[in-house]
Amino acid sequence: MNANVTLNWPSLNWIDVGAAIDVPYQGARRVDTDLGAIAVFRTVDNEYYAVMDKCPHKGGPLSEGIVHGRHIACPLHNWSFSLQTGEAVGADAGKGCTPTVPLKIENERIFLGMR
Amino acid sequence: MDNKQRIVVIGAGMAGGRIVEEILKRDSSSFDISIIGAEACATYDRIQLSPVLAGEKSFDDIVTHSDAWYDANGVKTHFGYWVQSIDRVAKQVVLHDGQAIGYDHLILATGSDPIRLPLPGSDLQGVVAFRDLHDVDLMTRAANAGGEAVVIGGGLLGLEAAYGLAKRGMKSTVIHLVDVLMERQLDEAAGRLLEKALLERGVISVLSAQSEAIVGETHVEGLKLKDGRVIPASLLVMAVGIRPHVEPAKSAGLTVERGIVVDDQMRTSDPSIFAVGECVQHRGACYGLVAPIWDMCRTLADVLTGKNPDAAYYGSELATRLKVSGVDLYSAGQFNGGEGCEDIVFRDPGRGVYKRVVVKDNKLVGTVLFGEAADGAWYFDLIKKGETIADIRDTLIFGQAVTEALAGVDPNAAVAAWPDDTEVCGCNGVTKGTVVEAICGGADNLDKVRGCTKASASCGSCTGIVEQLLKVTLGDAFKAQTGPKPMCKCTEHGHQHVRKAIIEQGLKTIPDVMQAMKWTTPDGCSSCRPALNYYLLCAWPREYQDDPRSRFVNERNHANIQKDGTYSVVPRMWGGVTSAKELRAIADVCDKFDVPMVKVTGGQRLDLFGIKKADLPAVWADLNAAGMVSGHAYAKALRTVKTCVGSEWCRFGTQDSTGLGIKLEQDTWGSWMPHKFKMAVSGCPRNCAEATIKDFGIVCVDSGYELHVGGNAGIHLRGTDLLCKVATEAEARDYSMAFVQLYREDAWYLERTAPWIERVGLEFVKTQLFDEETRADLKARFLESQAVFQVDPWAEHAPKSEPAKVFSPLADLREGTSQDHITETA
Repeated sequence: MNANVTLNWPSLNWIDVGAAIDVPYQGARRVDTDLGAIAVFRTVDNEYYAVMDKCPHKGGPLSEGIVHGRHIACPLHNWSFSLQTGEAVGADAGKGCTPTVPLKIENERIFLGMR
Repeated sequence: MDNKQRIVVIGAGMAGGRIVEEILKRDSSSFDISIIGAEACATYDRIQLSPVLAGEKSFDDIVTHSDAWYDANGVKTHFGYWVQSIDRVAKQVVLHDGQAIGYDHLILATGSDPIRLPLPGSDLQGVVAFRDLHDVDLMTRAANAGGEAVVIGGGLLGLEAAYGLAKRGMKSTVIHLVDVLMERQLDEAAGRLLEKALLERGVISVLSAQSEAIVGETHVEGLKLKDGRVIPASLLVMAVGIRPHVEPAKSAGLTVERGIVVDDQMRTSDPSIFAVGECVQHRGACYGLVAPIWDMCRTLADVLTGKNPDAAYYGSELATRLKVSGVDLYSAGQFNGGEGCEDIVFRDPGRGVYKRVVVKDNKLVGTVLFGEAADGAWYFDLIKKGETIADIRDTLIFGQAVTEALAGVDPNAAVAAWPDDTEVCGCNGVTKGTVVEAICGGADNLDKVRGCTKASASCGSCTGIVEQLLKVTLGDAFKAQTGPKPMCKCTEHGHQHVRKAIIEQGLKTIPDVMQAMKWTTPDGCSSCRPALNYYLLCAWPREYQDDPRSRFVNERNHANIQKDGTYSVVPRMWGGVTSAKELRAIADVCDKFDVPMVKVTGGQRLDLFGIKKADLPAVWADLNAAGMVSGHAYAKALRTVKTCVGSEWCRFGTQDSTGLGIKLEQDTWGSWMPHKFKMAVSGCPRNCAEATIKDFGIVCVDSGYELHVGGNAGIHLRGTDLLCKVATEAEARDYSMAFVQLYREDAWYLERTAPWIERVGLEFVKTQLFDEETRADLKARFLESQAVFQVDPWAEHAPKSEPAKVFSPLADLREGTSQDHITETA
């Protein structure tokens, strides 16, 4: 599995996907796209991250997991991933990676970097 | 041709396997070794047959030297053969098929035979000894047919046999000639405690009882005692002792008294023939325990290989440990006192702990420990050393940790100072040197040390010492696995400590706990947060605000996540009873939401699979409209109460089990617990609702209700323990609520009732629940928390859910999807 995979968009197109406040604190919301669902997270320190909503292990919806620090624990088998790099951490480190999606917050709105 | 010396070992039991290993360890090239064994299998640890009988270990777990091991070490095996004769002149052993094997040195390790009492009827079918794998096999098969077992002999072996059979479901009775169990290892006080502990595990003791005859036609039907009593039995085990097996030695003309007579170098009356193990008589003593075997084998191996031609065996101090799960019992040395001996005794009847050490001339000479035996090895070491204990006498009884802490000694220092050849593990004969070598070679935790040295892999009594060696050898690199295990990597505190601090320090939010207890992460992890959420909820039902972000997805979404990310929904059906109206509502939901599968669960409820997250609120609304509430089939909470039809319909039913099941479910649903919790009510002892593998089970009988606790049909199957019997439904409900509350308040998060009870002991549960005031308090606290938490999450969510916000995507960017949706949420 490649380290630190970022979706390789030809040219980034920032798309407004909603209000920052609509993602629950220490929680996640899902954005459906033609490439599959993207999970948008908000951490304990009010940082926002986006990764593909699919655990590389068995495809679990990461948006339903428990957010801890800058990590997300998959709801199916409790693998943990870094929200910054998408890589598996802890006991399962090195075994998988979920692609990250570029994200920025402007005027309290969430923008995902898309094609 | 090589000129290797030929060693032949007769007997492939524990002594035979061990002597071969000890010789090879010292010198792997100078000998041609052959081993002859009558049992057609590899060498196994006979003292571990008890856990095999009890179903706690498998045969493979107890093999010490496999065929492959002998092959790999170039040892010729003759398994399934027995010895016809020993020709001392020609120096050869003749096997039953006539083949002769020549030797330069012959080692007899023929072990012992079980003693069979010459009672009338002892040749009936179903009468067995407890000695080898064949016996265990017979006993297991008899137990599978159920019925009653009688074991003659209340010694170590007899009790382990009786416990194993009880654990396999037989009614099990031990008959003992004397009025104290294990009187050769225990004093009277410990004997009584043992009797009680065994009774709790389903073993009845009949003491001061003399057997007269075994009754039955062709198969055993019972045991008749001298006083006229007849105890029914479909299986009768004789475990009255062993007798050295001396036949081959005797017919070869060696000196034999009670056992084969040997000198301090294990030599028999023929200088080419040696003997080790239970067949031996050394300085007048015959041994039936394992430690002397290891001592003898080491001595003989030193002598034979020339490593130390002057090695000598002077006899062994004996220690005994009972292998009955949950009964901690240890005795060593001269525990029963005698002239010039002084006793120091510690008793805590509440915890079922009794300890006694015997001191003579300021030296420790014996000990009996019951209930808490972890210090056994330490006492045993003091006994063997024979040094004065004058300066630790005042704290001796409190064990090693207290004594050494008060004396300012680092408990690890003593272990560090041991010479390398000190034996650490008596079961497997592993020395300190071997363990330290393994640790330096990379075995940096207990499991790895066990894996490569076998130390602490059998009875486990030396676990503490192995851990100390890890600590001493690795220093800070060793994360002690002793003491309370931290909840997770975010903290150094164990579950118990955290629970206590929450109450004592009045901590009322997750950040409070993390602050007060110095969590090392900003907001914990997926393992500690759900636990803390639960602990706070249980401690402060009225004040604590539940934190859904610290809940597992199933509890946050009030449905059960499936492998494909869809959910399953289980409407509650009280006691497993449903109606046409409910079934119609379920059928309508299935049609409306294209539910691909409906399945009856193990807990007698209907499970609707394949529901999309976005549809959940609407599904709940429809089910709610038909009067159905959440099944909590997803929660760490009461899941179901399984029932049979009981007296209402069944011709055997004794009480209204369905009605009682409904009441129990209505009492307890909605209550958050450390783990999932299941109940069942069976209307008669036929137990159709399988109440004896539930967390709380009731078996109705004519005279009332038997209450069972701590069952589990999970990965590790555990039958329930009988808590007590009550006469009325009201009492049964009181007990169930008090038990649930005790479990809620005492267990660790994700600890089911079965491991919880194994950890705290059934006695603790009984002490709490049998005290009327405590029971009433527990129930009151349970009802208090139910007043807050007995709410239907579906009903709470369904009407006021805003699907677009909580259960639907934040945005949908798929081709052809309107972007208007996004702006709506702004």
